Amino acid sequence: MLLLCTWHPAGARSNQLTSAPVLGASSRGASRADTAWHNRSALRRGFLPVRSVRVKNERWNFLMADKALVGEKVGMTQVWDDQNRVVPVTVLKVSPCRVVQIKRPESDGYSALQVTYGNKKVRSMTKPEAGHFDKAAVEPGVRLVELRMDDTNGYELGQELGADLFAPGMRIDVTAVSKGKGTAGGMKRHNFKGLPASHGAHRVHRAPGAIGACATPARVFKGTRMAGRMGAAKVTTLNLEIVSADVERELVLVKGSVPGPRGGLVLVRNAIKGRP
Amino acid sequence: MNPTDLVDRASLRDDVPVFAPGDTVKVNVRVVEGTRERVQAFQGAVIRRQGSGVRESFTVRKVSFGVGVERTFPVHSPVLASIERISQGDVRRAKLYYLRDLRGKAAKIKEKRSVR
Repeated sequence: MLLLCTWHPAGARSNQLTSAPVLGASSRGASRADTAWHNRSALRRGFLPVRSVRVKNERWNFLMADKALVGEKVGMTQVWDDQNRVVPVTVLKVSPCRVVQIKRPESDGYSALQVTYGNKKVRSMTKPEAGHFDKAAVEPGVRLVELRMDDTNGYELGQELGADLFAPGMRIDVTAVSKGKGTAGGMKRHNFKGLPASHGAHRVHRAPGAIGACATPARVFKGTRMAGRMGAAKVTTLNLEIVSADVERELVLVKGSVPGPRGGLVLVRNAIKGRP
Repeated sequence: MNPTDLVDRASLRDDVPVFAPGDTVKVNVRVVEGTRERVQAFQGAVIRRQGSGVRESFTVRKVSFGVGVERTFPVHSPVLASIERISQGDVRRAKLYYLRDLRGKAAKIKEKRSVR
């Protein structure tokens, strides 16, 4: 017993896995592990990563979303507001989403809506895929996307979600995979200042400078910011304002910019900050 | 055609007259003073048109009390009450920045005469 009670990192971790994780730091850590892009093959097939860790915790009280939608970034332009000022807007195409599966805390450990949009031929799908749509009696769509929700009660299979979820003036968060920048240096990737243009600086103008001390610790600390792969990561922009939502043309205009390339998939949810 | 053109269509004005760099135009601008709104005219030579679609803009230059004044307007801005073309200029380039270095008679743009 005594041995068990002594603090041991590995033991502590396994203990958490078997029992319900404590709220706060540990559950945050779990969510970070899920969103890592380790599931590359699934990504290639067009699925956004879903959570692989089941969090069976009734006290889960992080805000996810009341309303959420899937859309496609069309591009940016500008509109005039009522005071004749220019408003920069991003145009999102939100074709109606159909609910394919409803995830509930009792059965799945969390609340989410699995939705699809667009159309896909049954012929070009695998049987399990087709069967999944068949089970929900929903017309097959091009992708399956999961939208985390606070509460999925009140939603039903096959229900259509459209641009009418959002009204002008509403605040939203937009999540997307940002544009890939490839290998980037420290100045671009971490906003380093670089080295001087003159005063003896020679061919090191964009170098990072020092990355650590000398004989102590005689190594470079883990996590030291350096050059490397930049972009193509999941990015969420918070608190964007809806300028207009056109149900007929399935377009939503969002004030400001949205991560990702044109034609990229974006997840839209109502803002988690500033909620009552 | 850009994918966002459909959105822009609503912001475009359909009462924009044909005018080009070198033309003399009178731009009637809506000015809001407190609660009152009035129209102020700005007359001068168009020295450039820049951009396209809803983002297109033009710059008008005039010399006011010996001081050169340039104002740039978005072509489709709702602030503009109207644009009137006063005369057509005979110029050979699209951007008339050289006018800034000229004074008096040299800065005058020849009027285009239509061939009859």
